[in-house]
Amino acid sequence: MSTIGPAAGGKEPLIIARGLRKEYGDFTAVDGIDFQVNRGDSFGFLGPNGAGKSTTMRIIAATLTRSGGDITILGKDPEVRGPEIRAHLGVVPQQDNLDNSLTVEDNLYVYGRYFGLSKKFIHGKIEELLAFAQLEEKRGVKVEALSGGMKRRLTIARALVSEPEILMLDEPTTGLDPQARHILWDRLFRLKEQGVTLLITTHYMDEAEQLCDRLMVMDKGRIMAEDSPANLIKTYSTKEVLEVRFGSDRNAQFADQLRSMCDRIEVLPDRVLMYSDDCETLLHNVVSKGMQPTTSLVRRSSLEDVFLRLTGRSLVE
Amino acid sequence: MKTSDAVLIAESLKGRFAEGTYSRRARAVLEHRRIAFKQGHWIVVASGFVEPILYLFSFGYGVGKLVGKIQVTPGHWVTYAQFIAPALLATSAMNGAIYDSTWNVYFRLKYDGTYKAMLATSLGPLDVALGEIGWALFRGLIYATGFTAIVMPLGIIKGWYGLLAIPAAVIIAFAFASIGMLYTTYAKSFAQMDWVNVVMLPLFLFSGSLYPLSIYPDWLRYVIEALPLYHGIQIVRCLSLGIIQWSLLLHVAYFVVMIVVGLTFTTKRMRALFMR
Repeated sequence: MSTIGPAAGGKEPLIIARGLRKEYGDFTAVDGIDFQVNRGDSFGFLGPNGAGKSTTMRIIAATLTRSGGDITILGKDPEVRGPEIRAHLGVVPQQDNLDNSLTVEDNLYVYGRYFGLSKKFIHGKIEELLAFAQLEEKRGVKVEALSGGMKRRLTIARALVSEPEILMLDEPTTGLDPQARHILWDRLFRLKEQGVTLLITTHYMDEAEQLCDRLMVMDKGRIMAEDSPANLIKTYSTKEVLEVRFGSDRNAQFADQLRSMCDRIEVLPDRVLMYSDDCETLLHNVVSKGMQPTTSLVRRSSLEDVFLRLTGRSLVE
Repeated sequence: MKTSDAVLIAESLKGRFAEGTYSRRARAVLEHRRIAFKQGHWIVVASGFVEPILYLFSFGYGVGKLVGKIQVTPGHWVTYAQFIAPALLATSAMNGAIYDSTWNVYFRLKYDGTYKAMLATSLGPLDVALGEIGWALFRGLIYATGFTAIVMPLGIIKGWYGLLAIPAAVIIAFAFASIGMLYTTYAKSFAQMDWVNVVMLPLFLFSGSLYPLSIYPDWLRYVIEALPLYHGIQIVRCLSLGIIQWSLLLHVAYFVVMIVVGLTFTTKRMRALFMR
């Protein structure tokens, strides 16, 4: 496939937000955030449900007005140039909203028509998109008969019919089985290689690590940190983590003693996380002090640890 | 770098009236409905087409035998079938429009995410409202045309004026669809949607469809005359019986107001629901 989206070039800023706010009555969903997305970026909003990720996405997509601050998408204000901005974007919503009563092909067709594209253009595009979404054999099948993974792929294909410069994906793999997730990640990775700017919200750290080269960690409407996944881990966590379990009652009991042995610990209800650059040695020391964990695990630090450090809470609760 | 066709099309509307609300592409929404219709929705439409025909034969010929002739204007007597046929046509235009703009719209609004998908593209809320109402109107047109095609050869509707009943039915359908969709954008539950059905049947039975309003006491007549279906029935009845008078314009004005109010506020509601 030649190009699904326009090719990348340089570090041109596509989205610039300054002091962006959204309030619903007394509730502040987005609390004055600044960020910038450049062309070709694969930019992720990482945070738990209610962090303000989807709200931010909707403001960018010109389907939600802001309460304060400024935002431009390709230099345009979404509240003034809504339809124009939406013509630049491909939107993959959290919940599929395909027309179940139409075939795969017709879903792509009618969506292209919403943008005013010509029949000829869309029919050419459909071939390309069906191949991309690996749905060629399903073209005449009604959407209601598709699996969850296929529907997601079709929703992504549909978002690409207008050749958007920015593809926005809201929780793209929530509810999919592991195999379907990997197929989807592979498709998204191809788009990234073609230079499509990706904007992804997720509460899965593995997804954020796989797809995003820049991450904005959000919690309660605020930005907690922003960097590449690797740098976030380097800045906010140690190289490795030791997870030890002593049983529900004893986890807290040993906490003080464990804390003195390493950089930092986190006591979770079911286990204690110990942060150190050399966890094998750490485990050895723990055992030698007479604390025998029922299970132990040494792993490398992940974004989950970064999030725990930044907010004191788990990402998936 | 190359600008996509979608962006060029959207940019070409820059500076036009209501550019953020209306992208001049309601036909894309209509096209969506037409494709869905071809893929199986037609059977529902067909059932609505049969209903007025059944009424006409049962009441027109059955009850008509007992009733005899009815005087519509001084000295102008018509058969009972001729009297109720225009009312049935107006009512079927209303029913077709209301069914599409209420229940069908409700499902697309609440469950299918259809409008959310549409408004994520470069369409505006007025495109969506116009397209959906346009489809309901089309359904009213099909009903009116089919009904006329059946009753004209039977001599129930006569002359050139009778054919004007078809565009009249389109105005009726447009007006009811506009208000129907507006109501639906406010509905929060199935119970509230059921009210539509509760209102429709009495509206048909008491709006001067099966007997002249002159049998009512004055106060009740005024109430009925304030309701929309009465005006629809009057337009179609006058046209199909060749009674051309100034009051027809008043009835049309009633529907124009319904259309303007319905479209304006439906567009506002769509914006409030999907693009706060």
